[in-house]
Amino acid sequence: MEALLPIIFVAIMGLALLLYVILDGYDLGVGLLLPLASDKEKDVMIASIGPFWDANETWIVLGVGVLLIAFPAAHGIILTSLYVPATVMLLGLILRGVAFDFRVKAGSHRKAMWNQLFFVGSLLASTAQGWMLGSYITGLEHTQLNMVFSILIALCLPALYCVLGASWLMIKTEDELFLKAAVWAKKSLSPMAVGLLLVSIATPLVSQVIADRWFQLPQFIGLLPIPIASVIALSLLYVLLSRTPEQLLMTNPWMIFMCPVIICVMAALGLAYSIFPDIIIGQLTIWEAAAHTSSLKFTFVGVVIALPCIFVYTIFVYRVFSGKASELTYD
Amino acid sequence: MELDPFLLARIQFALNISFHILFPTITIGLAYFLLFFRIRYTQTGDDHWDYIYAFWVKVFALTFALGVVTGIVMSFQFGTNWPGFMEQAGNIAGPLLGYEVLTAFFLEASFLGIMLFGRRRVSNRVHLLATSMVALGTSLSAFWILSLNSWMQTPAGYTFENGVLIAENWLAVIFNPSFGYRLAHMFVACLITAVFLVAGVSAWRLLKGVGGPGTRSVLKVAILCAAVLTPTQVFIGDLHGLNTLEHQPAKVAAMEGIWDTQSGAALTLFGIPDEEQRTTHYALKVPKMASLILTHDLDGEVKGLNDFVGEHPPVAPVFFAFRVMVGMGLLMILVSWLSSIKLLRGRELETTGLRVLVGMTFAGWVAVLAGWYVTEIGRQPWVVNGLIRTADVVADHEPQVLIASLTAYVLIYAFLLVSYISTLFYMSSKPALSLKGTPVHEYDLQSGGRI
Ligand code: HDD
Ligand code: HEM
Ligand code: HEM
Repeated sequence: MEALLPIIFVAIMGLALLLYVILDGYDLGVGLLLPLASDKEKDVMIASIGPFWDANETWIVLGVGVLLIAFPAAHGIILTSLYVPATVMLLGLILRGVAFDFRVKAGSHRKAMWNQLFFVGSLLASTAQGWMLGSYITGLEHTQLNMVFSILIALCLPALYCVLGASWLMIKTEDELFLKAAVWAKKSLSPMAVGLLLVSIATPLVSQVIADRWFQLPQFIGLLPIPIASVIALSLLYVLLSRTPEQLLMTNPWMIFMCPVIICVMAALGLAYSIFPDIIIGQLTIWEAAAHTSSLKFTFVGVVIALPCIFVYTIFVYRVFSGKASELTYD
Repeated sequence: MELDPFLLARIQFALNISFHILFPTITIGLAYFLLFFRIRYTQTGDDHWDYIYAFWVKVFALTFALGVVTGIVMSFQFGTNWPGFMEQAGNIAGPLLGYEVLTAFFLEASFLGIMLFGRRRVSNRVHLLATSMVALGTSLSAFWILSLNSWMQTPAGYTFENGVLIAENWLAVIFNPSFGYRLAHMFVACLITAVFLVAGVSAWRLLKGVGGPGTRSVLKVAILCAAVLTPTQVFIGDLHGLNTLEHQPAKVAAMEGIWDTQSGAALTLFGIPDEEQRTTHYALKVPKMASLILTHDLDGEVKGLNDFVGEHPPVAPVFFAFRVMVGMGLLMILVSWLSSIKLLRGRELETTGLRVLVGMTFAGWVAVLAGWYVTEIGRQPWVVNGLIRTADVVADHEPQVLIASLTAYVLIYAFLLVSYISTLFYMSSKPALSLKGTPVHEYDLQSGGRI
């Protein structure tokens, strides 16, 4: 139990962060795409994420929370060294989160400003998250090469969010906006693919630890399904998005949305394999950083009870708001 | 002045939490008023309640959004600014914060969607349930975070192991000696803050002539609630103070500005504490009152600051903040009672009365901030009372980095505060609309909006 608890908690943390990337990813993506739409479409786009964004964002609070509960020592080191990008992200999330409400409540003369701040906030938050991810993968060491690598991820993550956001919009909208979203998704596809490819090549290059873990023979073959599944999902997404408008309108949009989701899951699995059992690559393992067993046990009880409830009512909310978003208003 | 990273980190933390707390205080209190409006509507079927709900739920949504985004900043602050705190006390602070996320944040965030947008998608009953869940969520959130804060004030149920604190008895940690008082005092503070907001905004709408149906009734409900809640708060505050005297005598001595230990201590109404000369200048005193209030005995002994040299908090901020809080409390009682007497005699509030209420719209904020400054500055120099010193746990960031982030926060918070207040009054100055989107009839407006 003593040795198992840190593994359980690191898995919960990973799950929370993965869910965050997928869920808040699609709503940040919608924010990134906002400037491309007409005023009327903007309202529909925001309505499509209105009931969900708050709960989506709570997953990062849980992720950081579990880091703090289960690995307090790592929590301090990671957040202290990610101080600048974390602050940028927080400022972005603030602007984005309040813009939801202000844009409809502050009077029509201000609406354009809040729409812009919505976009700016989404952009700041998503690039800062990429930056944080980049520094984390490179072991929080601020060398020049690592900086370049972090910038690369900072550019790639928003593209992934755009794909998620655009395919979410295809689930939630109809006709013209639906087709526009398909075009946006397709356009974001190549930056995302190039980004993913570069990251996959660069990660073993910047980290010897990770290179060793991947490129040894028995493991390598066992790990092949991860890149293969990603490539299949990516190709499928490309094929689906290349359909004619008539065909697209007949396509089940959930199929399209699942493609970037699979890519996220595969990336998360790959990352987890690269890092485990460290919590800070090459410096600190999860057992070294773990909190006292009494704290882990006490929290574990709460997790076992609360997490299933959270899943149940999250699904309930998604069912209540299933279908197209056009008639939701955010007044 | 030397740019001390320690000082900067503290200022930034204090700024962030002060800004955060403004919004939860409103949402925690307002949630119960919304629930009340919804239940009245379900019971009576009277559209006026529906309209009142529709207006205030918008205010709630706006406030909630600000609470959420500033709260997310808080969840990062502990790691970014106080890594040492988390290393030494993380075994206790972590799980308490974790339970807040697990039990409260997801609950309120998920059901908020249904509460705000789900009226036509779910039955009335499910919508009522969602509204209750949001109210429950905000209160649970206060429960856990106040448990943590109270534990930092009056630690219990812990032991040391390898230099870090671990929990020995979780129930003793959660229900630590000051928790009950703090929870009660804070919860009532939230209700009071919400009540004055509701009263102030309703009064503003009546003055502007855009009140719409029900506004006068809501104003009346708010004022009568305030008249009951404010004396209750004084009573709880008194009990809270007695508890503090038992566990943190140095804090109480700073609140009262008492330097020498004495029996039959006088109550200093006002004055200017001077830590260098260890005296209070221009003190206006009431003999024996401090002993009476603090020990409920005219000749009881009260410990003075000189018994705690080097171990007591900065005196002046605690002393002044305490007077601001108590002063606001007394002012609130005065206003709510005068207005209530008038209403109970069957008369209406006139322009002056309404204006006073408009002026008091954010009175709760002032008292709450002042109260928290008493509590938190009064705990210094400790971050966990008697166990961990604040100075030992701060992150060593470059001052430039801290200045940059601090400036960014100050700018964005100032902008948000201005936007929040102006949007609130902009929303309030629009003529009433019922939830179904139909404009309220002219004659309803003229009837003075009584239900
Ligand atoms: C509407 C808000 C409000 C009002 C009118 C009052 N308070 Fe208060 N007070 C708070 C809101 C508050 C607070 C913000 O909720 C605090 C800060 C931390 C806490 O637990 O409650 C607080 C703290 C606080 C403390 C510090 C406890 C400690 O840190 O150990 C004392 C002794 C009092 N209060 C006493 C009073 C008295 C005697 C009042 C009589 C008028 C009063 N308060 C009115
Ligand atoms: C309930 C949860 C809270 C927790 C866990 C908490 C915790 C802390 C911590 C860790 C510090 C930093 C160490 C220190 O300087 O003492 C601090 C300081 C401070 N907090 Fe709180 N706090 C809480 C609520 C609040 C609220 C609601 C306010 C204000 C409205 C507030 C105002 C302050 C101030 C002004 C300081 C600076 C005191 C000083 O450094 O002199 N706190 N608190
Ligand atoms: C240091 C202390 C604090 C931390 C780390 C913190 C953290 C947070 C976070 C992360 C959120 C957003 C939750 C979401 O995503 O839905 C939040 C919101 C909230 N917090 Fe805090 N908080 C602190 C202090 C307080 C205090 C002192 C109170 C009340 C007594 C409080 C009450 C709430 C409530 C009710 C919400 C829900 C949002 C709202 O109603 O506006 N928090 N907090």
